[in-house]
Amino acid sequence: MKTINLETQTVRDLNQALHDQSTKCTEREWEVLEPKGQHNIACGLDQNLAVDIKGHAGYFCAGMNKKAHITVHGNAGQGVAENMMSGTVRVKGDASQAAGATAHGGLLVVEGNAAARCGISMKGVDIVVKGDVGHMSCFMGQAGNLVVCGDAGDALGDSLYEVKIYVKGSVKSLGADCIEKEMRDEHIHELTELLNRAGVDEDPASFKRYGSARELYNFKIDNASAY
Amino acid sequence: MCGIVGLYLKNKALESRLGELFTPMLIAMTDRGPDSAGFAIYGDEVADGSVKLTLHHVDESYDWGALARLMQQSLACAVEWFQNSKVAVFKVQACAEAATAFIEEHAADVLVLSAGQSIEILKAVGLPESIAETFNLPAMQGSHIIGHTRMATESAVTMEGSHPFSTGQDLCLVHNGSLSNHNRLREELQREGVEFQTENDSEVAAGYLTLRLQKGDSLNQALESALNDLDGFFTFTIGTRDGFAVLRDPIACKPAVLAETDDYVAMASEYQALTTLPGIEDAKVWEPEPETIYVWEREQ
Repeated sequence: MKTINLETQTVRDLNQALHDQSTKCTEREWEVLEPKGQHNIACGLDQNLAVDIKGHAGYFCAGMNKKAHITVHGNAGQGVAENMMSGTVRVKGDASQAAGATAHGGLLVVEGNAAARCGISMKGVDIVVKGDVGHMSCFMGQAGNLVVCGDAGDALGDSLYEVKIYVKGSVKSLGADCIEKEMRDEHIHELTELLNRAGVDEDPASFKRYGSARELYNFKIDNASAY
Repeated sequence: MCGIVGLYLKNKALESRLGELFTPMLIAMTDRGPDSAGFAIYGDEVADGSVKLTLHHVDESYDWGALARLMQQSLACAVEWFQNSKVAVFKVQACAEAATAFIEEHAADVLVLSAGQSIEILKAVGLPESIAETFNLPAMQGSHIIGHTRMATESAVTMEGSHPFSTGQDLCLVHNGSLSNHNRLREELQREGVEFQTENDSEVAAGYLTLRLQKGDSLNQALESALNDLDGFFTFTIGTRDGFAVLRDPIACKPAVLAETDDYVAMASEYQALTTLPGIEDAKVWEPEPETIYVWEREQ
């Protein structure tokens, strides 16, 4: 295992060392010490590595991740795992706003709460939050799944495309074009898989499913006067 | 973009180290606000019936002694004072209204930065590190302190436009964000008699709170009405005589993080500013909810 201490080395040193593994992998296990809320830790990885960040991370941690498995042993700032393509990002504490924003693939697990706009414009990532999510979560979500084991804030799934949202707790309000949908066997099956992958022990039958009413997909000429 | 930091000590034993603990917090927010900085420190209280004024003059060699003597004669009361860079702190055995009216009448070129029994506001244009050095922040003592590092977006980079803004006796405001209805709101407040020194949007928020509090609102009521009347983005930290309050707008674009241990409550725009605090590794660290008023105050 290789250890990098961010008190003595820069985030740029760390990220360069991790990027170098994409062409020739010499070390699979990495440990990052003293992150102290610095931004852009472990961004742009493109190799099957395990990276353990021992403390709180700042903005955009694990952004653009591909293949790597990154764990934050603390809280993460804004935009954790933004634009992730594949791999896994796990936050042991809370995540700030826009967790998993625009992410295309992979799995993001937040063991605490996620703040506002979790999964904004997500494009295929699976996000599992053990706690609550803030307002405007999954705004314009296009593809993938958002699982919330706690409660969801205002305007969940506003202007939603095809993300499937599963919430166990209460939903403060649904956003435009987001509706509750029937929980069929295939959804129980899918949710069971998601919870298993995330290592979260919850009963899939206790969740409700929300999705797009698909009323905003096309411009309606009758609404022209509203613009 | 701007940076906000606040530190409220629960453990009185740390009060002699307030400035030392706070200085690295302010400097850590330089990336978010390199053009000016300021802070409001609470402590060294004057007795009931007295007032402490923080006064500013552009000329560092301004004759504060002469002003103090004149004040002593005119108001027939004791005046103690000390100078810190371009700022002087006057402790006056008179009410705040009489003391500030005296300054307005006899020293129009002196700016009153704060008035109260506990508060001192110090601010300047420049890097946070040099401002901390100018005012010898690390040596300061007190019960709590809030600070601001500014990256101006809505108005000019001047001392007057930097934060904190006084919002009444022992009250002040720091703001990260931008208000979109500040011009119209300023006009409305001016009609009600509130005076403004700058074109700054945050000063309008401060003026708004000042007026609400003057009209008899509690701090909570004033902040709740602010949520309805202020349009735009904000994270506010409000310093009070006994503590501080934090409020984010309903959209909550502007960041904030809180940390609490048995010894202190700390607030910052980013966690980076909290990493030098003792015991932060084991502190409860969380993001304040939008539209929610958080208040920490010691009991008198």
